[in-house]
Amino acid sequence: MMRIAGRDFSSRLILGTGGFRSLEAMARAIEVSGTEMVTVALRRIDPAAQGSIVDVLDRAGVLLLPNTAGCFTARDAVLTARLAREAFETDWIKLEVIGDDRTLLPDAPALLEAAEELVDDGFKVLPYTNDDPILARRLEDVGCVAVMPLGSPIGSGMGLLNPYNLRLIRERAGVPVVLDAGVGTASDAALAMELGCDAVLCASAISRAEDPTTMARAIRLGVEGGRLAYEAGRIPRRRYAEASTTDDGVPDFSPQTEGTNSTQTSTATDTSAPASSTSAPPSASPSGPART
Amino acid sequence: MNVVLNGEPRELPAEATVADVLALLGAPDRGVAVAIDAEVIPRGEWERAEIREGARLEVVQAVQGG
Repeated sequence: MMRIAGRDFSSRLILGTGGFRSLEAMARAIEVSGTEMVTVALRRIDPAAQGSIVDVLDRAGVLLLPNTAGCFTARDAVLTARLAREAFETDWIKLEVIGDDRTLLPDAPALLEAAEELVDDGFKVLPYTNDDPILARRLEDVGCVAVMPLGSPIGSGMGLLNPYNLRLIRERAGVPVVLDAGVGTASDAALAMELGCDAVLCASAISRAEDPTTMARAIRLGVEGGRLAYEAGRIPRRRYAEASTTDDGVPDFSPQTEGTNSTQTSTATDTSAPASSTSAPPSASPSGPART
Repeated sequence: MNVVLNGEPRELPAEATVADVLALLGAPDRGVAVAIDAEVIPRGEWERAEIREGARLEVVQAVQGG
């Protein structure tokens, strides 16, 4: 169970609705993904628009997380958040303040400024942020209910470019950490969860996949697998092999007819003793008594 | 009266309200918000919110995104 701003989620996948070829494709992906919260955006009204995304999302029974996509200043983002509050009757906002058209990377000072203003105005702010541990802490300090660092630029599908920073953010954050942006495929989502992220927000990787429905399932399983692996506690990395099969009782196929099996076995055991299995401490090594 | 509606010059009937503009646009009931001169107009004020000559209106609706 994940909790953001006092609300419990059993799914750790947040789905972005951008990029789907149709509302039907979006609805199928939402269902298969198991998500409980999806992002939506606001744009000037288009009298020719076909179908209502709000109705489709209503039927899907998911929470709405409006975003401030396309805002390049704190002022525009704050205004857009207030529009979203009226349009969707929610005080949750995915805050984006973009610094550059080419990379769509967040503008850190403007992001912090907008976050502070929106928190003061009663919003539950989930900021899309750089993978910067210090900025993440500052966002938490001004009252954001989560931090959402990027893995790589929006829609790039480059995965997690700086897992080290993401781990630092997770270690220090007192609010949920949602990996936002950059996921290209299921393994990226799994890695984010293995690093300890509380959730993954994914849009393009699903919506622009050749088969969005199947990718929705793949990324759902990636998130679930990564989370389980995180909870299970992975083995430490080591430089050299560690046998998983005991060295005890290895049969002796040497051509010698004289000499004893025990000598052979004990030699073999001695050689591998330092890297012996974790089940027995070194002092309990079977070859121990033979040395004394 | 003349206003700028979503970036386009537009003539509205005198004393038109926000609700009138939404009806004119065929706006859906939900997922819509309005700002006049960069001030968000709460839903509860749409029926009576005055629009002044030369006002800049932004009327937005929910779209896929993010």
